[in-house]
This record gives sequence, structure tokens and C-alpha cells, in this order.
Amino acid sequence: MTTGGIRMTKRTGAFILGGLLVALLLAGVVSNFASAHPDGLDSSLRQGCTFDADDNIIGGSCPAQQSRDHELADSPLADYGVRGIDNSYLSTGLSGVLGVLLTFAIGGGLFWLVRRRPSGGATEQGTPAGQGAGPAQAAQAAGAGAGAGAGAGAGAASADAASADARN
Amino acid sequence: METLAMHISNGIINGPVAAAFAALALVALALCVARGRQDLDDRLAPMAGLVAAFIFAVQMLNFPIFTGAVSGHLLGGALAAVLVGPWVGALCVAVVLIVQSLIFGDGGVAMLGLNITNMAILGTAVAYLLIALLLRILPRTVNGLAITAFVASVVSVLVASQGFVLQYWLGGTTDVGSSLGGLAGTMAGVHLLIGIGEGLITATTVVTVAKVRPDLVYALRSLRPIPAANPAPVGGGAR
Repeated sequence: MTTGGIRMTKRTGAFILGGLLVALLLAGVVSNFASAHPDGLDSSLRQGCTFDADDNIIGGSCPAQQSRDHELADSPLADYGVRGIDNSYLSTGLSGVLGVLLTFAIGGGLFWLVRRRPSGGATEQGTPAGQGAGPAQAAQAAGAGAGAGAGAGAGAASADAASADARN
Repeated sequence: METLAMHISNGIINGPVAAAFAALALVALALCVARGRQDLDDRLAPMAGLVAAFIFAVQMLNFPIFTGAVSGHLLGGALAAVLVGPWVGALCVAVVLIVQSLIFGDGGVAMLGLNITNMAILGTAVAYLLIALLLRILPRTVNGLAITAFVASVVSVLVASQGFVLQYWLGGTTDVGSSLGGLAGTMAGVHLLIGIGEGLITATTVVTVAKVRPDLVYALRSLRPIPAANPAPVGGGAR
């Protein structure tokens, strides 16, 4: 963490950690007790067809008939299971844990990369003087962020963000 | 057909319509990045990562509805909108959908634009409009916040489900003809119940966060009257 976040970091960090633990528990354990029935979208698309015990369409006409395999159906984590683990509780739970960690790493990482960067902690100090010095620094930070290659979307957006910062 | 599909799978909507919505979603997400950067400071960035991870976790928890032969799960737009705001919130839901599609084989890669448009863009936008309205007219109490989160969830899930009906009308691969209205009705009925479940989960989560760390609830932060001594309503940790 850089200079800007020092004051909030500890408490916020504890909250984030606690929240992550809850998410890991939900995805790793509670997920095994989730309903296995088709969800609202899937069931709506199955209206009009009849299914056998193995969930294959045996008659009728419905949108779900056109459903094709996923491009990445062979992914090691496809269908919320870990390939190679036969125990279904372990497989589902482990895939959930990996999913939560991956989502946090990818999401949190991207958000951290494109965040608004205070130079020299001006934002965190929050004094009127600090805010007064803000616009030029903020514009600089926005430019630097785009330069760091934060992603195509962020790059396209940087000019917009910088000018909006300057208006603040 | 044993796959666990929670989002639009391949083949349901035709290629051109899916591609058009992919382009639409890309433009919308770019706008969200541009506007979201205003909100994303050192505190909101990790919070947004947590919100995405939490939505991923709760989306795995399909709860039974109706007689138990149908299930539903959280979409997350309302939860994200309350906690991290509309722009970053839409990005959170989009991150979840992208991870699910690319790593967990849930929701066709070619259908990603459709799923993002419905759940990340439409769902979050509708939720935030309602949140902004309701937090102004309802009392500033725990109950007011809970009702806001609940109503925003129900409506956002309903609108997202009708987003799919619109997409199906434009490019559905099975000719449902005059029964498109039937599909709309079925989707609305099921998703009203899913929305109620989502509303309960969202209200519980939001109220819990608001009790522990009210300063981490974006919707409360941005609508709070600004004291004269503090001229920076979105000034990061300024408090």
C-alpha cells in the first residue's frame, strides 16, 4: 500500500479480510447445500420440453434445445468442480474457494490499478489546502495510470477521467 | 446436458445479436471505468474487490423457489450499487461474470455481452436509480436502508430478466412466435420470486456492513449532507 492509505489501511484491511473469510465459507462450505435444480432462466428456457431422468430432452419444443456446449467446457474448473477430485463436496468446495480468491485477485487487482492516485497523500490528509492542490496532481495521476497500461478500457477513458478530475 | 448453467449458454441467442450486445457491453464498461475512477480511491478499490468476490460466492448458493423444482441465485447488481456505487458496482458484477465464463464454463463466452448487459449494466443501473431515489424519501434508519436494498433488488432482477426477453425477441434461436409473451411472463414470475430472495440477502448484507462500517457503504457516503468543514464529499478517506 502506498502513502495515501495509511490511516485507513488497518481497519479497512481487517474488514476486507473478514469479508473474504465469510465469502470463502459461503463458497467453500455452504455451496454444497445449494439447490441443484435449474435456475430461473434455465427453467424458463426448458418450458415446453420433457426430460428424462438424466436430464436429456426427450420431447416437445423449447429454447433450451438449441443450447450448445461451452467453449471452455474442458476447463479444469468447469461447472464449479475441480477436475480429478471425485469427492463432490470437496470438488465443489475447492472450486468455490478458488473462485472467490481468483475473483478477489482479478477484481481487486484491476480496481487497484485504475484507482485514483493521490500524490503525496493529499487525499488522505483531506485538509482544504491539500484539496486545493489536488486537481493538477490528480490529472497527473490519471495520466500516469493510463501510461501504466491499466487496460484498454482504462486507456480510452483516461482523458475523460483526467478532465473530470481537473474540474473537481 | 448435465452442466450447471446459471447464465445464458451458447446457442440460445444468435451470433449477430450476441456480437452487438458484446459491443454495447464493451462501450458501457469503458464508460464505467472512466466514471468509476472518480470513486476508486485507496479504500474503495479493495472494497470493490471484496464485493466482486462476495457476489461470486453468493451466486453459487442457489436457493429453491416455487415447489422446489426451480432455483434462483443472487445477481448482485443491487448489492454492488449500494456498497460501491453504480459505476464500480457494474464493473464488479462484470468481473464475476467474466471469471465465471472464462474459468468455470458458466455462461457462454460468445454470450458474455448479453449476460453483462442484463446483469452488470441493466441490473446495477436500475438498482442505483432506485437506491438514490429511495434513500432520499425514506427515513435515514436501518429499516429505511433495508427497504431500499430490498426494493432495488426485486426491481433490478425483474428488469434484468426482461433484458433477456428483449434479447430473445431480437435473436432467439428457437421460434417461440406468439409465445414470446409467455416467455416474458414466465421469466417475470420466476424472477419476482428470485428477486425477493435476492432482496433478503442484499438487505441483510447491506445492513450488516452499515452497522460495522457505515463509511464503507457508498450509497450512505455520497448522500450524506456535507459538513462545511469538509469540502470533499468523495475525497477518499477524508473524515
